[in-house]
Amino acid sequence: MQSERADEAQVDWSAVIRDPRFQSLHRRKQRLLTGLMVFSVAYYFLLPVGAAYFQALFAVKVWGVVNVGLLFALSEFVVAWAVAYYYAGHAGGQLDRLAAEISADFLADRPGQGHAQGAKP
Amino acid sequence: MSTGRRRWLPWLLAGCLPLASSPALAAEGPGRYRWVTFSVFAAVIALTMYVTWLSARRVRSAADFYTAGGGITGLQNGWAIAGDYLSAASFLGIAGLISLYGYDGFMYSVGWLVAYITVLLLIAEPCRNVGRYTLSDILAYRNDPKKSRIVGAISVITVSTFYLTAQMVGGGVLVKTLIGIDYETSVVAVGVLMLGYVLFGGMVATTWVQIIKAVLLVIASLVIVMLVWTPYGFSLPGFLQDVVGDAKVQARVATLLGDKATGMGAAELGQRFLEPGLYFKAPIDQISLGMALVFGTAGLPHILMRFFPVPTALQARRSVVWAMVIIGGFYVLTLFLGFGAAKFVGPANVAAVDAGGNMAGPLLAQYIGGGPDSFMGNLMLAFVSAVAFATIVAVVAGLVLAAASAIAHDLYVGVVRAGREVAPLAQVRAARLATVVVGAAAIAIGIAAKGQNVAVLVGLAFAVAASANFPCVLLTLYWRRCNTGGVMAGMIVGTVAAVGLTLVSPTLTYPKAVKAAATKTLAGADARRSGLEARLAQADVAAAVFLRQDLQALDKSIAKAKADLDKFAGQETSFMGLEKPLFELKNPGIISIPLGFLAVILGSLLYRDPRAEALWEEVYARQTTGMMVSRSARH
Repeated sequence: MQSERADEAQVDWSAVIRDPRFQSLHRRKQRLLTGLMVFSVAYYFLLPVGAAYFQALFAVKVWGVVNVGLLFALSEFVVAWAVAYYYAGHAGGQLDRLAAEISADFLADRPGQGHAQGAKP
Repeated sequence: MSTGRRRWLPWLLAGCLPLASSPALAAEGPGRYRWVTFSVFAAVIALTMYVTWLSARRVRSAADFYTAGGGITGLQNGWAIAGDYLSAASFLGIAGLISLYGYDGFMYSVGWLVAYITVLLLIAEPCRNVGRYTLSDILAYRNDPKKSRIVGAISVITVSTFYLTAQMVGGGVLVKTLIGIDYETSVVAVGVLMLGYVLFGGMVATTWVQIIKAVLLVIASLVIVMLVWTPYGFSLPGFLQDVVGDAKVQARVATLLGDKATGMGAAELGQRFLEPGLYFKAPIDQISLGMALVFGTAGLPHILMRFFPVPTALQARRSVVWAMVIIGGFYVLTLFLGFGAAKFVGPANVAAVDAGGNMAGPLLAQYIGGGPDSFMGNLMLAFVSAVAFATIVAVVAGLVLAAASAIAHDLYVGVVRAGREVAPLAQVRAARLATVVVGAAAIAIGIAAKGQNVAVLVGLAFAVAASANFPCVLLTLYWRRCNTGGVMAGMIVGTVAAVGLTLVSPTLTYPKAVKAAATKTLAGADARRSGLEARLAQADVAAAVFLRQDLQALDKSIAKAKADLDKFAGQETSFMGLEKPLFELKNPGIISIPLGFLAVILGSLLYRDPRAEALWEEVYARQTTGMMVSRSARH
């Protein structure tokens, strides 16, 4: 553990943080995460709130005996999957590439270290 | 060493089989189908044992033991997360709640899935990027290593013990009901098997046992759902139409509503089964529970630990997405399992076998297969029972691994032997020793807690995870000014608030209230009984069936009331010495989670910690970019 620390100290972390690409990565990631998190939590809590205070609405039948409440509960699953799919696709694409680019550059700068290691995602 | 281990395994396997083949197995069905139950259990146990035998050879270092050497792929890990998470409570419990309470039971399952969005967005990738083996690794990165490892380990052991006790007690009761062996034997069987997996195979075997169990669980559920749904041509309204039109379901709703049911027609009663409000009465309670689930899952040590066996943040993310597909898909299936059990088995019959509804799934499987006297019925029951057994063992294995790693890696290697080099073999030996200690403790606690109300413990585990672990991990990763003072304050305040508020909440048993309710039941019992008997004398055949059911239910409630009066004779106060709850919410989340966050923020602002400041840039850059994660995974 100690030896690992000493070795890794060779990366100039404050230079990484000052790098404009890092700043842009951080901003985009934060906007994406905050937006998705707020949306998912708000959408989730609509269910217990609706079940408690809007029972008449939840009881309205829309598809045979299937009512609004049941469809809303099922929609929670669809929304959760959609958020996961959107995030995985979005982060997996551009953000990962940007992160890999920054890592590769800074790891290559270290004395005695080649690209071979930094290129790993 | 490795050959010695392999010589041990057949003995362990042999030691477990007689448990599964004891004569009491036949208690559930006719004796001539005993071999069916026996074969299915033996096959499932043998499969998991074989995997353990294969993985035992691969455990040579601490990294192998705790993280399977970082060699698990995202898809494999997704199945393992699902296997770790779908405990008996969610597998059997939610189907049971739906069969007994309809809509509210299904609504309950939503929070368990949404919880993974928090894990996916905030926790999985940064944890993979910064951590190594345990939750405390993340805290110790920038904060004072000794102090944060001690508070982190205490919290991990607390959460794991609560959850573990609930699983052991619930599992003991479940195995007892499912296959008829007695409670103590069930607890020992679960404990010994789990110890076998973790001790010899570490994270590799635990992962594979969880994968096998999740795959079997999904197969079992899919088969049952297909059989239930096919007659309706896979039409959702068609199936539910039949459920709400069923007399057994309508009678259940009438019982639940009590006086409010007067004047409601049969169709109206049935439809009410698909509307909210039959189980949850206090909205704030439910929101509080939702908060504990949505933020607590991200702080559960055995869930966090599942992100260390994958090599990269990409794989960590992929594993959560797979886990969400599997877990969500399974919860959608519970809709059919629960409503199917309500329609075919009947809520009253489900509740008669187990008051919490835990037997809804197994009973439905038996019915769908052809009933208690058929070969297929017994085969299906045996299969579902074996999956339930594997479920308990797999979840317990994950919990024991998390608690053992906190003791061996954080407390022993990180605190006791701090700063000194500990040889890889000594680390593995420490991990195995800790596993045996935790496993033995789990068996002892499981037996000691026989007959206790353990539902409170699962809620408590989530509450502590959400109020202590989650704020500390989140702010360490994302907030520049977070430091040792904040982590110490957050861990202590979060844990104390969650445990303290639960101890004075209505979740505990209050003898005075129980006795008052029992006295009330007994007082009105004679009048209700003669009323029912009078109506039964004049009723036609169809109505008589329901009246007899009501009579049976009345007899049961009288017996329960008498038992309660006996049990609590001479007792006036709860475990905490209270006559009535001081705090009205069953789940403390809505109060204790904000308190935990507040404590981390205040603690950090009031404490000066140059190390946490100096290392912020490194933690921040690492968690955002995943730089050099492939290295720390291999070390």
